[in-house]
Amino acid sequence: MTVPETEWRKLDRRTVWVTALRVVGTAAAVAAPVVVTVAGQTSPGMAVTVVLPTVVLAIAVGIVGDYVRWRRTSYRIGPERVELHTGILVRKRRSLARDRIRSVDLTAGLLLRAFGLVHAKIGTGEQTGAGESSLSLQPVSRAEADRLRRELLDRVPAREESEPRDGTLAVLDPSWIRFAPVSFLTPAIGGAAFGAVLQVAEWFGMQDGVITWVLDLLRSLPVLMAVLALLVTGVVVGVIGAIALFVEMWWRFRLEREPGGTLRVRRGLLTTRSISLEERRLRGIDLVEPLGNRMLGAARVDAVATGLTQQKGNERTDHKTLLPPAPRAEADRIAAAVLREPVSPTASVRLRGHPVAARGRRIRWALLGVLAVISPLLILGLVLTPLFLHLAWICALVLVPIAVAIALDAYRNLGHGLTGGYLVARNGAVRRSTVALQRRGVIGWTARQSIFQRRKGLITLTATTAAGGGAYSVYDVGESEGLVFAEEAVPDLFGPFLERIDAPPAHRS
Amino acid sequence: MSATGGWHAQDGNDGGVGESGGAVRLRPPGNELDPRAVRWWRTQWLLLFGPPLIVLAVLALVLPAPRPWLLLAAAVVAVLGLPVALLLPLWWYRVHRWEVTSDAVFTRTGYFWQEWRVAPMSRIQTVDSQRGPLEQFFGLATVTVTTASAKGAVTIQGLDHEVASDLVRQLTETTQATPGDAT
Repeated sequence: MTVPETEWRKLDRRTVWVTALRVVGTAAAVAAPVVVTVAGQTSPGMAVTVVLPTVVLAIAVGIVGDYVRWRRTSYRIGPERVELHTGILVRKRRSLARDRIRSVDLTAGLLLRAFGLVHAKIGTGEQTGAGESSLSLQPVSRAEADRLRRELLDRVPAREESEPRDGTLAVLDPSWIRFAPVSFLTPAIGGAAFGAVLQVAEWFGMQDGVITWVLDLLRSLPVLMAVLALLVTGVVVGVIGAIALFVEMWWRFRLEREPGGTLRVRRGLLTTRSISLEERRLRGIDLVEPLGNRMLGAARVDAVATGLTQQKGNERTDHKTLLPPAPRAEADRIAAAVLREPVSPTASVRLRGHPVAARGRRIRWALLGVLAVISPLLILGLVLTPLFLHLAWICALVLVPIAVAIALDAYRNLGHGLTGGYLVARNGAVRRSTVALQRRGVIGWTARQSIFQRRKGLITLTATTAAGGGAYSVYDVGESEGLVFAEEAVPDLFGPFLERIDAPPAHRS
Repeated sequence: MSATGGWHAQDGNDGGVGESGGAVRLRPPGNELDPRAVRWWRTQWLLLFGPPLIVLAVLALVLPAPRPWLLLAAAVVAVLGLPVALLLPLWWYRVHRWEVTSDAVFTRTGYFWQEWRVAPMSRIQTVDSQRGPLEQFFGLATVTVTTASAKGAVTIQGLDHEVASDLVRQLTETTQATPGDAT
């Protein structure tokens, strides 16, 4: 279907323009404060004569550099391999075998979009260091990117499905935005906003001014009101920030199944992203419910797939997200559709709970966590002033019920089960994760048992897989029950190494 | 944990585990490490504790003023280090076990955090053996078996180096014969 082409191609020429604009913008942003500062100390003319040549030089270097980079970069889509030659001084020749290519991801920021360009990243499913297993084309035109996507991903379908169910699986429902503010981003953004205001004020030497202004404002209010005012401001800013981030990431979200067995996620308001995932690489899904979302009945769907970019970068988590926080029923529907199952394994499974001993462990951990918080306060209280003692008991009074509640919830959420070809494991309270892993995707088991677990007859079983995080665990399951479950889920892994015992495993040899 | 050792016939209870059966547990893998591993580990510990001890002792000889403190520090290092260097390797030798059947590689490590790992032959991607300078001196080798999982590697430390190279050859031959990309 694809004509094997062998001629070398260049990146899009307009990259030079994009770089020029970017360099000019950066230079202007850097130069303006410098000009203002220098002008303040000497004269405006002086400032311009000092700064202008530097700026012009920087811009020229940037543009020429990018032009040379463009000249020296070329790629070729051969019948067997994709090749990329880069490097201005040190030439790098990289090539990927075409049949190992698993993804072609496209990203376009505002500036690139204005020129109709995208960054394309061609990736394989290797678990080697980030960057080694992918080729970046920065940038190519949108049409060329689509051609690349089609050509590299559109193989002969491995299996002919009786009911293809192609086309759009999900689009963004704007009402899902209501799930954005109940994430941990809200307090984080709210807190960061205060810091950012102070930081900006500091740049302009107005930090003291801002602080005294705010203090004056607050002093006119009663203490409680002042605290409330600060809190409300933080929450409002946080909510706005969380919503803005959600909209920027998920606007025009669309999950599609393309012919040839590829799932494609397209999204983004300012920066548009297109992420492709070969279904052949899919090993399961992870239904993620952060506490806030869970209370509103929402869940997110992550793909568990081999060869998703494992880079340390900030986009690591949302690369694998197939569905943003959405109502639980919708999440289950998408999970089922993605896996080509009539019902999502996360919905059809009957999860078995874990022994009560696991609850005791969780409560003990929770109390230890609280102890770690209040023991410094206790020590300070005994050494310095009794004020800290009061702080300690107030903390204990507040934190102990919260910690115990989380521990009990964590215990309730523990579960494991089998349904069809899937192994389902659930754990976590603050971030509840229900992972449905294809049994054929499990490539090994690891069993872990601390001395405490051994005394209680518990064991933690970890299924290793080539996909996703590499390992998914069933925590604190009863030892014998868990091992039987592991053997049932994936026969003949632990099976040959199991031995029968008559008495409960009080202690071993 | 010693009496149960020796070779377990690998097909002894194969497939005998079912829903209806009684309680089960993982049995220890059949093989112990090479006894020289004890000396290897001891040497490593001595190399860790030895230099600080020597430095402290020499300083105590040279500098009269802080001598009591230096001697105290040296005593602390010695008291901590000697039992660790002497006893811990013995302990490790007893808890580390391994087994290779025709279908899988199986290891057990640790006591306080005991860990069993199994990697099936059909999923093995690479088989490496390493020999550091100390291992070479003691005639030992470490075999690492990786699978496509970032977290699925199985490592067997302290093998006799001939056993290790036989093992590597055997594993490589077995895995090459297995089709598929092992994911």
